[in-house]
Amino acid sequence: MSEEIDILDGEKKIGRATFVKTAMGGFAIMWGGLTLYPVFRYLCPDAKDEEDASSKIASLDIGKVTDFSPGSGKNFKFGSTPALIIRSQDGEFHAFKAVCTHLGCTVQYRKEKNSIWCACHGGAYDPNTGKNVAGPPPKPLLALKVEVVKERVIVSNA
Amino acid sequence: MFFGKREKRKLLYWFERRLHASPLIELALHKKVPVHKHSVWYYFGGISMLLLMVQFVTGILLMVYYVPELGSAHASILKINSSIEFGWFIRSLHSWGANLMILAVFVHFFSTYFMKAYRKPRELTWLSGVLLLVLCLGFGFTGYLLPWDEVSFFATKIGLDISSKTPFIGELVALMLRGGHNIGQATLSRFFAIHVAVLPVMLMGLLSLHLAIVQAHGMSAPKEFNETPEDKKEYEPFFPDFFLKDILVWILAGNLLFVLTMLCPWGIGPEADPFAPAPIGIKPEWYFLAMFQFLKLIPPMVGPMEGELFGVLLMGVYALALALVPLWDTGESEARSKLATALGVVTLLFMVIFSAWGAMS
Repeated sequence: MSEEIDILDGEKKIGRATFVKTAMGGFAIMWGGLTLYPVFRYLCPDAKDEEDASSKIASLDIGKVTDFSPGSGKNFKFGSTPALIIRSQDGEFHAFKAVCTHLGCTVQYRKEKNSIWCACHGGAYDPNTGKNVAGPPPKPLLALKVEVVKERVIVSNA
Repeated sequence: MFFGKREKRKLLYWFERRLHASPLIELALHKKVPVHKHSVWYYFGGISMLLLMVQFVTGILLMVYYVPELGSAHASILKINSSIEFGWFIRSLHSWGANLMILAVFVHFFSTYFMKAYRKPRELTWLSGVLLLVLCLGFGFTGYLLPWDEVSFFATKIGLDISSKTPFIGELVALMLRGGHNIGQATLSRFFAIHVAVLPVMLMGLLSLHLAIVQAHGMSAPKEFNETPEDKKEYEPFFPDFFLKDILVWILAGNLLFVLTMLCPWGIGPEADPFAPAPIGIKPEWYFLAMFQFLKLIPPMVGPMEGELFGVLLMGVYALALALVPLWDTGESEARSKLATALGVVTLLFMVIFSAWGAMS
């Protein structure tokens, strides 16, 4: 049996073997943590990189009004996100972030069905409101603001 | 003859003194394989291993020309496919080999499942096998992105989004794999490292363990064989009988691989454009088709839960129940044994029907 030693004024007695085992375990965990933490941090994506890449923008000029015929849609790049603009039959513009709320595929406008459609799992959205109307998407598309300034189509964050 | 009998023996003795391999050779020479009407399924582990070797060799060859960089990845595969001598051949062997290997692994999985080879004392053989299957799917998933074509881009997007739905750790795991919030160079680099280094190291370790315990316990046999009286049981020696048959089967599997490679060389889709819409008719590889079709059917909300989360949880629990089958079907209860068989049949039917449905829709 190992000799009992006094710690904390004799209130608690632990054996030498227990002490050594606990200390070894503690050191092992500490050492493991000290080694793994840098690896974890090393693998963490750099937030700064991402900001550069995302090139945050507030608004974007995507062309002349006449570039978009009524009843058509066009995908474009809005900062770091894919986006979609639709010109309805009555000439009105609607723009959305083209990221499906289901699993993040890029959606497109389908003229023959007059709907926004995701090819991945068949989700569909209303082309005027972006509301999810069929298939698995749980939420509407994020809307963007469209303004026509001097015959140019300007899209901005809503 | 350069070596006489005496020299040969001396040489063998020299090696034996240094390697102490005679117990292993002894073991190999005494290894025997049960002969019964289900013996044919024994070959599929071996076929998987042969195809794995093909993957290693062709994978290393592909690495010589492949460039894991956003602007060059697709072009480098195009170059391998079109202008490097026999590049198309090596690449097609790798792609077809991967698919055949996953098929062989699935056959191996289901045959051991239905023969109840997972029962005591082979629980760890089974579990290591399940982990090997997961690693194979990991190889498929990470390798799929590397050519950086349209379909691979969206397949990765979906795959990572699904994994991000896993409660608690999902977001972090997806972020670490993706290397950020969008799929880009970071993702390609990470997937490349995982595909060519992390997974192979894990696979080699796990496979060594798997094979070692298979040797330790000998081949598992179905119940009918075990219940036959000892003097009526039929065995054949592994060396040379079964081994020669193994080689024959390998040649057949190799020929099938070559025929597929020659007749349908693996192509490549248009380069991925992260801002273009997902192409119409996009589908994952066949081994993810059943899951893909299943996800399409889940409504947006199941009760208070988001449909995706529900789907991920359901499939997770189901897969866990299958993986842990040795714990709940120990062979002591006939009812549980039947339940395990039924679960296997349901899984197999689900996979076949949903895959076919997914392929046709």
